[in-house]
Amino acid sequence: MTAVEPPLAMLAELTHRCPLRCPYCSNPLELSRASAELDSETWKRVLGEAAALGVLQVHFSGGEPLVRRDLADLVRHAAKVGLYGNLITSGINLDAGRLAELVEAGLEHVQLSFQDADIVSGDRIAGLPGSQEAKRRAARLVREAGLPLTVNAVVHRQNLDRLGEIIELAVALGADRLEVAHVQYYGWALRNRAALLPSREQLDAATAAVEAARTRLAGLLVIDYVLPDYYAHRPKACMGGWGRRFLNVTPAGKVLPCHAAETLTGLDFPTVAEASLSEIWYRSSAFERFRGTDWMPEPCRSCERREIDWGGCRCQAFALTGDAARTDPACALSPDRELLVGARADANESAPDFVYRQHSAASHRSPDLVSSPA
Amino acid sequence: MTAEPRLPVEGDAVLRFAPHTRFRFDEVRQAWIVLAPERLMLPDEQAVEILQLIDGKRAVDDVIDELAGRYDAPRDVIAGDVVKMLQDLVDKKVLRL
Repeated sequence: MTAVEPPLAMLAELTHRCPLRCPYCSNPLELSRASAELDSETWKRVLGEAAALGVLQVHFSGGEPLVRRDLADLVRHAAKVGLYGNLITSGINLDAGRLAELVEAGLEHVQLSFQDADIVSGDRIAGLPGSQEAKRRAARLVREAGLPLTVNAVVHRQNLDRLGEIIELAVALGADRLEVAHVQYYGWALRNRAALLPSREQLDAATAAVEAARTRLAGLLVIDYVLPDYYAHRPKACMGGWGRRFLNVTPAGKVLPCHAAETLTGLDFPTVAEASLSEIWYRSSAFERFRGTDWMPEPCRSCERREIDWGGCRCQAFALTGDAARTDPACALSPDRELLVGARADANESAPDFVYRQHSAASHRSPDLVSSPA
Repeated sequence: MTAEPRLPVEGDAVLRFAPHTRFRFDEVRQAWIVLAPERLMLPDEQAVEILQLIDGKRAVDDVIDELAGRYDAPRDVIAGDVVKMLQDLVDKKVLRL
């Protein structure tokens, strides 16, 4: 196999604190407390190490990165060391003053999440009344500040029928790009899978809507859209391959090959306190574990696509089969393929309430959290 | 894409990099890179040569002339490649007319 190349991008998860409670949140079930978060000086050291290692883009994310008072300081430091800074935000509590501070610090781009085009439904999915109006205000501020805007819409059974309206919303907000992301099922989303997994009919209609809009809006709105794994024939090259392109630093400083990797048991992920990013990237056993093709079982090992999809997603293989080293069941050649088929049938037959994201004691359902704000 | 482009790249068009898009040399990789919102490109040698001529002053025709002169290659072959690449980058909002 070829030599290990430096990572292209880093997701800096500054915090797990967030005003929203989306039931498909990509944060782990065990959320970090504010007291466990890395301090400013440590983050600055990590940003410097990232740039020296070859990282080109840093995505400030969370949770909600705006809850960190030192965000502008970190953005400024990222720009200083040559990183292209992107803010991934809910937009709640973004005001003109805060945004001006971030622009002055060298922020290059904002990715703003929307839960639906319908305000009542969006507020219900986000678990926060008033959130969708706040997001519309945030989008206007971003455009007025002259920053490029990407609208991120996570789609699923309960909003996919309105994808056409979500596309129109992105155009109306003046977005440059729309990222339509199907829910990935691990962590919170796996818990809510039966409420979130779309039907085949919904999916086909949505895909047709995207294709028509792409043609109609070429040069005006770029639409990124990838078919969801549960209806795919071949898996995606998750993160471009384990330990090939991307690294993630959690609020408490763990370094992961993807934001969901903490769901995998049996891997020891180093922290930024224990080693430099370079040592972790090139030499840690966790990054070595699924890098390249040597770890692969059949049918991946002899597959002609093994260096195209890199065996798919390790977290999905683990979530579905209990073994991170198996072929991703998103592949039609996987011996575990029937697990996906069963999940699709489940979602079509039941309509459970959401289990909203929350700090700890997360395993029980809180009945007061499921009411609609409308 | 079968439809006509919304912003067609014509010979007299003058292109520039969009705001918040960076085309720079990366010391770690010893290679040219393009950084843009949610995009990161590692252009090959030919693409780098084209992008180095995108300065907000030259028209597309001038870019093609320059490259045709440099390579002593048929102008229409070069023109086809250049316009195709530039149109793609305009559609992706990396370049602006």
